[in-house]
Amino acid sequence: MKTTTKQKIAFGFLLLCTVIVVLPVLFVLAVIIKNGSSAVNWEFVSAMPRDNMKAGGIYPAIIGTVYLVCLSTLFSLPIGLFAAIYLHEYAKENMLTRLIRLAIVNLSGVSSVVYGLFGLALFVTFLKFGVSILSGALTLAIMNLPVIITASVEALASVPYSFREVSLSLGASKWQTVRHSVLPFAVPGILTGAILSLARAAGETAPILFTVAAFYLPNLPHSIFDQAMALPYHLYIISTQIPGITREMRYGTALVLVGIVFSMNIFAVIIRSKFRKKKKW
Amino acid sequence: MKLRKIIEFVIEKLIFLCGVASILFVILIFAFLLKEGISFFREVSFGKFIGGKYWYPISEPPQFGILPLVLGSLLVTLGAIIISVPLSIAAAFYISEVAPLKIKDILKAAIEMLAAIPSVVLGFIGMVTLVPWIKKVFNLPTGLTALSGSIMLGLMAMPTIISISEDAINAVPRSYKEGALALGATRWQAMYRVIIYAAMPGIIAATMLGIGRVIGETMAVMMITGNAAVIPHTFLQPVRTLTATIAAEMGETVHGSMHYYSLFAIGIILFAITFIINFTADLFLHRNRK
Repeated sequence: MKTTTKQKIAFGFLLLCTVIVVLPVLFVLAVIIKNGSSAVNWEFVSAMPRDNMKAGGIYPAIIGTVYLVCLSTLFSLPIGLFAAIYLHEYAKENMLTRLIRLAIVNLSGVSSVVYGLFGLALFVTFLKFGVSILSGALTLAIMNLPVIITASVEALASVPYSFREVSLSLGASKWQTVRHSVLPFAVPGILTGAILSLARAAGETAPILFTVAAFYLPNLPHSIFDQAMALPYHLYIISTQIPGITREMRYGTALVLVGIVFSMNIFAVIIRSKFRKKKKW
Repeated sequence: MKLRKIIEFVIEKLIFLCGVASILFVILIFAFLLKEGISFFREVSFGKFIGGKYWYPISEPPQFGILPLVLGSLLVTLGAIIISVPLSIAAAFYISEVAPLKIKDILKAAIEMLAAIPSVVLGFIGMVTLVPWIKKVFNLPTGLTALSGSIMLGLMAMPTIISISEDAINAVPRSYKEGALALGATRWQAMYRVIIYAAMPGIIAATMLGIGRVIGETMAVMMITGNAAVIPHTFLQPVRTLTATIAAEMGETVHGSMHYYSLFAIGIILFAITFIINFTADLFLHRNRK
C-alpha cells in the first residue's frame, strides 16, 4: 500500500476517534435541552418547591448555590492570587518552591468526596461551624485553589519581562512593580481562571454532601451559618432518592444547572478572547 | 516613607503565607483524615480492613472489609481507562497534528465543555439513557453495572487525558518532526514513528492523571453502578466503589461511631492512592520538561 494511502486511512481513523469523543457532549446537551426546556419557566426558577418537591420550583436550590459559589470565591481568589504572585514573582527555584508545586498538584488530584470528609472533620466538627454555608464554601474554596493558582500563574507569565525591568529600573520596589506594572495586565487571565473555578464550584456535589446540603428547607438561609439547598445536590436527590418526581422536574433541574455552569464558562472564554485581541505586545 | 516600607513588608509576608498555604492545606487534609480515621485502626487491623471480603458496617457484629470496594473501584477504573486512553490519545493527535486551525478551536471548545459538565449531571444522564440501554442490550436484570460506570467515567477522564497529551505533543521540538519529514516520511509516519515517542512521558502522565480522576470520581459512579458491595466478577454486575461508599453512607452514620470512623479510613486510602498517582505523574511531566 502506498504510504499516502496509509496516511489517509490513519487520519480518517484519528478523526473517527475524535468524533466519538465529541459526540457524547452534543448528545448529553441535546437530551437535556430537549427534555428540560418544557419544564423551565419563570415559576420553576423563582418558586419554592411544593408537594414534597414534586411540584413548584427550585428557587432555594439556586439561591443556595449562588451563596456557596460567591462565598467560596471570596476565600479562594485572594489566597490563590497571592499564591500565584509568590510562585511567579517572588519564589526562587528551591526545595520549598518544588514542595509548593507538588502540594498544588496534589490538591487538584484529591477526590471530591475526600474534600467532603475533610470539610466535615475540620469545618463542621472541629471548628464547630456546623453543617452550614460557611463550611461548604470553605471546603469548595480549598478545592478550587489549584485552579485559581494555575490560571493566575499563567496570566502572570504572559506579562513580558520587560515590563518588570522598566519598572524596577525606575526605582520602583518589588511590590510596586507587581502591583502597577504586572497585575493590571494579568487581570483578564486571572478573571478567566476565577470564573472557571466559580463554574466548577457550582457543579460540585460530593464536597457539599456532608458540609452544607439540606434535603429540603422551607425557608431561604438567613446567614452563612445556616444549612442550604444546592442545585447539584437537589438534582442528585430528586433523581435517586425521591420516587415519583416527574421527568420534567429532573430534566429541568439538570438544564438549569448546566445552563448556569455553561454560561459562566462561555463568559470566561469571551473575556479571554476579547483581551487576547486587544493585547499589543 | 517609613509607612510604605512597613506596608510593603506586611504584603510580602502575606504573599509568602499564601504561597505556602497549599502545603498547609495538604497537611491539614491528611491530618484531619488521620485524626478521625485513627480511632478505626485501633479496633480493626489494617490487614483485616484491606483484605476483608465483607463490608457489613451496620450488622452485628459489623464487618469492615473493603476488598469488594477496592476491587469495585479497580474494575470500574480499568474499564474506563480501556475505553478512554486509546480514544483520547488518538483525539489528541488529531487535534494537535491533523485538524485545520478552525476545526481545532471548535474541538477544543467541545472538549472544554465536556470537562465543564458537572458530574451529577452526567450521572443523571447516564441513569436515564445509558443504564436502560445496557440493560436491554445485554439482557440483564439491571443496567446499573460496572460497565455503565466505566463508560461514563471514561467520558469524564477524556478531557484530562486529551489536554495533557496534547500539551505533550505540542512540546515535542519541531526539529524532530521536520527531520522526519525531510527524510521522506509522511506526516503519519512522523507521528507514529517519532512524535509519539518524544511525547511519551507526557502521555503516560496524562493517562495517570486520568486514572486519578476516575478513581476519585464520586457522584456519577454512585448513581449508575448499582452500589452492591460484593466482590465483582464481570463488568455486567453492580459494583460499589470506595468513593460511592463514603458518599452514600456518611449521611446515615452516627457521629463518632465505628462506621463513621471507617469511612474516614477509606478516605485515607483514597487520599494515599491519589497522592501516589499525582506524584508519579508529576515526575513524568517534569522529565518531559527537561
